[in-house]
Amino acid sequence: MKNVFLFALMGLAFVAAGEFQSWSFSLTILNLCLISAVMALGVNIQWGYAGIFNVGIMGFAALGGAAAVLVNAAPVPEAWAAGGFGILASGVALLAVIGLVVLIRRKTSGQLRRYATIVAVIGGFFAIREVYDPAVAAIESIDPAKTGFLGGMGLPIIFSWAVGGLFAAGGAWVVGKVALGLRSDYLAIATLGISEIIIAVLKNEDWLTRGVKNVSTLQPAVPTAIELQNAPWFQSLAMWFDAELITASGIFVKLSYAALFTIVLLLILWLSEKALKSPWGRMMRAIRDNRDAAQAMGKDVTRRHLQTFIIGSAVVGIAGAMLTTMDAQFTPGTYNPLRFTFLIWVMVIVGGSGNNWGSILGGFLIWFVWIEAERFGPMMMELVTYGMAEDSPLRTNLMDSAAHLRLFLMGAILLIVLRFSPRGLIPEK
Amino acid sequence: MSYLIGEKMTGGYGKGADILHECTIAVEKGEIAVIVGPNGAGKSTAMKAIFGMLNLRKGSVKLDGKDITKMSPQDKVKAGMGFVPQTSNVFTGMTVQENLEMGAYIRDDDFNGTMEQVFELFPILKEKRKQHAGELSGGQRQQVAVGRALMTRPKVLMLDEPTAGVSPIVMDELFDRIIEVAKTGIAILMVEQNARQALNIADKGYVLVQGRNRFTDTGEALLANPEVRKSFLGG
Amino acid sequence: MTDILNALALMSNYVFVPGLAYGSQLALGALGVTLIYSILRFSNFAHGDTMAFGAMLTILATWWLQSMGISGGPLPTALLALPIGIAGTVLFVLATDRMVYRYYRKVKAASIVTMMASVGVMFVMNGMVRVIIGPGEQRFADGERFIIKAREFKALTGLSEGISIRTTQAITVIVALIVVALLFWFLQKSRTGKAMRAYADNEDLALLSGIDPDKVVMVAWIIAATLATIAGTLYGLDKSFKPFTYFQLLLPIFASAIVGGIGNPLGAVAGGFIIAFSEMGFTYAYKRFVAYVTPGDWVPDGLLQLLSTDYKFAVSFVILVLVLLVRPTGIFRGKVL
Repeated sequence: MKNVFLFALMGLAFVAAGEFQSWSFSLTILNLCLISAVMALGVNIQWGYAGIFNVGIMGFAALGGAAAVLVNAAPVPEAWAAGGFGILASGVALLAVIGLVVLIRRKTSGQLRRYATIVAVIGGFFAIREVYDPAVAAIESIDPAKTGFLGGMGLPIIFSWAVGGLFAAGGAWVVGKVALGLRSDYLAIATLGISEIIIAVLKNEDWLTRGVKNVSTLQPAVPTAIELQNAPWFQSLAMWFDAELITASGIFVKLSYAALFTIVLLLILWLSEKALKSPWGRMMRAIRDNRDAAQAMGKDVTRRHLQTFIIGSAVVGIAGAMLTTMDAQFTPGTYNPLRFTFLIWVMVIVGGSGNNWGSILGGFLIWFVWIEAERFGPMMMELVTYGMAEDSPLRTNLMDSAAHLRLFLMGAILLIVLRFSPRGLIPEK
Repeated sequence: MSYLIGEKMTGGYGKGADILHECTIAVEKGEIAVIVGPNGAGKSTAMKAIFGMLNLRKGSVKLDGKDITKMSPQDKVKAGMGFVPQTSNVFTGMTVQENLEMGAYIRDDDFNGTMEQVFELFPILKEKRKQHAGELSGGQRQQVAVGRALMTRPKVLMLDEPTAGVSPIVMDELFDRIIEVAKTGIAILMVEQNARQALNIADKGYVLVQGRNRFTDTGEALLANPEVRKSFLGG
Repeated sequence: MTDILNALALMSNYVFVPGLAYGSQLALGALGVTLIYSILRFSNFAHGDTMAFGAMLTILATWWLQSMGISGGPLPTALLALPIGIAGTVLFVLATDRMVYRYYRKVKAASIVTMMASVGVMFVMNGMVRVIIGPGEQRFADGERFIIKAREFKALTGLSEGISIRTTQAITVIVALIVVALLFWFLQKSRTGKAMRAYADNEDLALLSGIDPDKVVMVAWIIAATLATIAGTLYGLDKSFKPFTYFQLLLPIFASAIVGGIGNPLGAVAGGFIIAFSEMGFTYAYKRFVAYVTPGDWVPDGLLQLLSTDYKFAVSFVILVLVLLVRPTGIFRGKVL
């Protein structure tokens, strides 16, 4: 009952934003809230089910975004001709080197094993570079202003949501295999590092996703506002609602995304709840609560953790693809850990860690506060600097940085919730 | 009036069930009192109760006539009690000398004299004073642990299974040292698994069963007692 | 012969000297992290932003001193302002302990919960720094910029490769040396230092020995805050002050602490230099170096750069992961809780 009330309050907040600010704005927030809620769900799966503290969410979201590029961007045939083969060859070479290293580690031992591994890794690195570097140079030289990359598959962007999930799952498998055996402190640091590397790769390997030149030629999942304005069926719809055409088109676009996102959110929520209540879910929580006892009972803890880690990351990847879809562009530079990783954690903690509904609520609430705080920050600053002279440098400085007050606010919220209500708004059952 | 007495102690850990039932343990200055008994008899619990590491529902602990039942362990150390835990009883990352220095942490005065006394009692420690305690053998580590506790010049020294896990020769040596310590007038209270050897050096022995006093007598008498021999000493 | 000298000069200028400076900064940061880990037993995610906070206070104090006409002469004025920055940061950090971390110690919360709390503190500090001094870049180094310029070096030695040493680089190394020496003396020789080592070694036994846990914790925070301020200020002097970069330093700093052996101060210092030199070594373009070292006039094609500089963090991260997998206690066998 309380939960319904909380969600109703949240809904009211959106209505208020719509009324007092603008419906367009309110819907924008709503869409981002939906995406955040999905991310929070993914994190909750890892934290709530398995107690995994994943500080690398940013990387998995970025992988989802990259998937959007690779699925939807138009392929660049010249680039493929110039360097496609080279890239594929390096991929094969990489697999070969990895296979070789695994073979060495299995078949040999002691000194020989150590030296052979080092030789294989170093030799492999240089061998791969021999093939890789020229291919990259070739690709990036093809029309760098407009493309300079391999392009994607030109498929509808909505497929990328699933692909994004797969990419993230793949990344999670690699990271999980390496890092999940570590203690929670170290796992956190390791995941932080992995996400930084993923972003570095996406920013740097222009041949893949144009790096920091960004990809802004993605085709959106729903018709654009302009297309709507020119479509007769929409024009009559707008007239029927007695709405101004341009605003209406914007709102319609946003509502369409909202609908799509809500479907995804509900689907994932439904699956998560089923999983939680299933024997698998119960076992996961038993492991989380008493790892040693579970291990003594023969449960393969690491494998279970890996499963949860992969699934949770996949969900985050889907959300990342959704975000890039809505933006219709992929900007690796915007992925920063504060906004993409730590903010999501605040959502989960505040909403209710271990509870899917709680994480969704947290996703909505925290994102809403984050966005509104950016607007209200300056207003607050006005109050704070009320007594000061108009042009005092302190005042101008404080007013300029008022938008950053929301970082402070988020930290304060997290600390207060952790201390006084650590189980969150909707606690785990 | 015993120098240290835990009288009719009843209690357990936290809010759990009582482990001790009306248990009484006492020791005099310069005396060696040993607590023995089967596993789970509450031997270590009795000693921890005297030291103040668990709550006593009933009973009291008195040192030199003063009631110290409610005192915290740190205050008890200041009042003249020394405690050597069974495990984790040295600072493994610090040298032997530093361990002894830490033992004397609460003292404001110059403790070099005491350190020399400890080195006299345990000559091997003087030899290895610059070595890290973690590098020493089990028996030597126990000597560091006891030495550390002695640095506050306690009037009572409590040892929780000091010979656990050491070889018989080392055990003999440790017991010899403990006798030396007792000779300096310190009251020794010891929990021991090796009942026979411990009772051999004991002035007083307490046999505990399921948290209760079962037999209380001199070490010699207990060793000669046929019941005790049958139950705990293997006949 | 001159070729070899040129090669050495080249490496010194582009790898060795910057590596020493960066390594000193990382070492100071890692020392703070390792100290908090060994005494308070959690990984402090707010340490990077503590460095930013400390640097910010020092910058403000520097500007104040400069406005009063006080300057450090050939040395950066920031060095004079450093004590003020340290004092302010220490107070703030002690306040956060009192308001945030102390509660979790009392209820013996799992270290992961304290880690999350440190994320909250990180947000707060990050926000404060950006609000007070703004998110943009700040340059506050003044005084003599170079101890020796590349041109001067070339003139002096007649080599074609010059080594330039900036004052800030030299100061970083010297200050780091002094601080590390002082810290080690404190930990090894002073009573409080030994008590802290004892507390980190065996908490129960330390309590039994009458060591006051509150005092130990307080001293740990004071030292960590001091180290963070010094590290942050030196980094800002040497490179430049931008709030966001301090958060990014968290990864190499954690890597340094873990590689060296977390909980071990000597390890933190060693780790700092290992990470710094690895980052520089793996991202340096060896083309000219190889050209000098090989006989004749042969110049290799391609830059001979192992990894692009964007992958600097990847280097520290890969090293970190390797260490965690192969030898988690690190080089100097730190304490793994």
